[in-house]
Amino acid sequence: MPERTVLQQADIARALTRISHEILESNRGADGLVLLGIPTRGVVLARRIAALTGEFSGSAIPAGSLDVTMYRDDLSRGRVRTPSPTEIPPGGIDGAVVVLVDDVLYSGRTIRAALDALGDIGRPRAVRLATLVDRGHRELPIRPDFVGKNLPSSQHERINVRLTETDGAEFVSIEGGEAA
Amino acid sequence: MRHLLSTRDLTRDDAVAILDVAEDMADVSTREIKKLPALRGKTVVNLFFEDSTRTRISFEAAAKRLSADVINFAAKGSSVSKGESLKDTAQTLAAIGADAVVVRHGASGAPQVLATSGWIDAGVVNAGDGTHEHPTQALLDAFTIRRRFFGTDARGRDLAGLSVVIVGDVIHSRVARSNAWLLTTLGASVRLVAPPTLLPVGVNTWPVTVDYSLDDSLAKPADVVMMLRVQGERMNAAFFPNAREYSRLWGLDDARLAGLGEGTIVMHPGPMNRGLEISSGAADSARSTVLEQVSNGVSVRMAVLYLLLSGEREDLA
Repeated sequence: MPERTVLQQADIARALTRISHEILESNRGADGLVLLGIPTRGVVLARRIAALTGEFSGSAIPAGSLDVTMYRDDLSRGRVRTPSPTEIPPGGIDGAVVVLVDDVLYSGRTIRAALDALGDIGRPRAVRLATLVDRGHRELPIRPDFVGKNLPSSQHERINVRLTETDGAEFVSIEGGEAA
Repeated sequence: MRHLLSTRDLTRDDAVAILDVAEDMADVSTREIKKLPALRGKTVVNLFFEDSTRTRISFEAAAKRLSADVINFAAKGSSVSKGESLKDTAQTLAAIGADAVVVRHGASGAPQVLATSGWIDAGVVNAGDGTHEHPTQALLDAFTIRRRFFGTDARGRDLAGLSVVIVGDVIHSRVARSNAWLLTTLGASVRLVAPPTLLPVGVNTWPVTVDYSLDDSLAKPADVVMMLRVQGERMNAAFFPNAREYSRLWGLDDARLAGLGEGTIVMHPGPMNRGLEISSGAADSARSTVLEQVSNGVSVRMAVLYLLLSGEREDLA
């Protein structure tokens, strides 16, 4: 199975910088924004984007995590999934513009679960979606607002995202797919 | 996890995993909408052949917070009083489509029979069987201890280094049995304190030490003092001369409460016999975790039901 790196550390940093600027631009500043990462790597990305937007706008956007395990539509298939903590920033999400952050956008089912989870926690003014990689193959009418890299892929291929905080290495690679 | 019958079956990692999931479930209980859709469409039957308030309500609340459908069955007022056997009752439940059966039974081993007999293929949770085990009580006790001692830093930790004193009616106590196994699996050291008549035969094979005098035992370091209920309904012989003597020698009264070390917590699985094994002063003090134990019970049972009912059903062993 050939594995080929598509984003290096510098590419990831550039993509996150651009996403941070785009989030600030579309919101006309950092007011009323909340970043919620989807475990595991989305949480890391949300924290990094929060730090970057703090650098660019002077006021740091609160960042937290949103676990979607209990809202998945495939809980009765496969292995038992253990949940991760959900940490909502102290200000809550009512009336805020929530930006969901995930590493890879694929079928869209995780985001569907995240929207349901959000609904049980509060009522945001708007929900946006930022993703490091969009690999296509959507199964639901969901579309990202901020994308690091569009990566057209075959469904036989695997996209690996590795981040320093969680994996001790930093790259995005694409694996397999000779069957395509 | 297919069934939860005994804490002896749990490894340290299993137990820590259950407690960690329970932490996430506890977070949900602090929200405005205390409900998760995880077990939508699953049916949980509470099969109670013995009286219970908190355990049944706790399992019911746990299942409902996970969006499962709950059927409550109490032996009183059912066909059991017409002489229906456990097998027929169980198969009736299977025909209704139960995914999990939470069973409390006066006979030790009844949940084991349900789980292994092949009568039903639902997951079985032991909610107390005779004088054998009460695993979810031990899990919620461990969860309560872990939260009290480690707070928000509790995730992923066991109870290594803590010493737990379990006092009272050990012989009739499924809570004591389940706790003795679970707490030692989690690394705590457990001491039992009871009059010799209230200790079971074979207690020397348990992973615990035994003291006969409460005052001597409390003179040694103790992080947790767990008082057991004196189970009058199971006492068909003279286990101690009279209640006053029991209370004076093995009860946690206000004087013993005042002598406890700083940070020592007082636990009781409930229902309490105030004035017998525990004084009102001790039950209502800031050291007491009695009400925390009840609310933590819901979180722990949510974790158990979730782990039992989600994922692909493993093939019957």
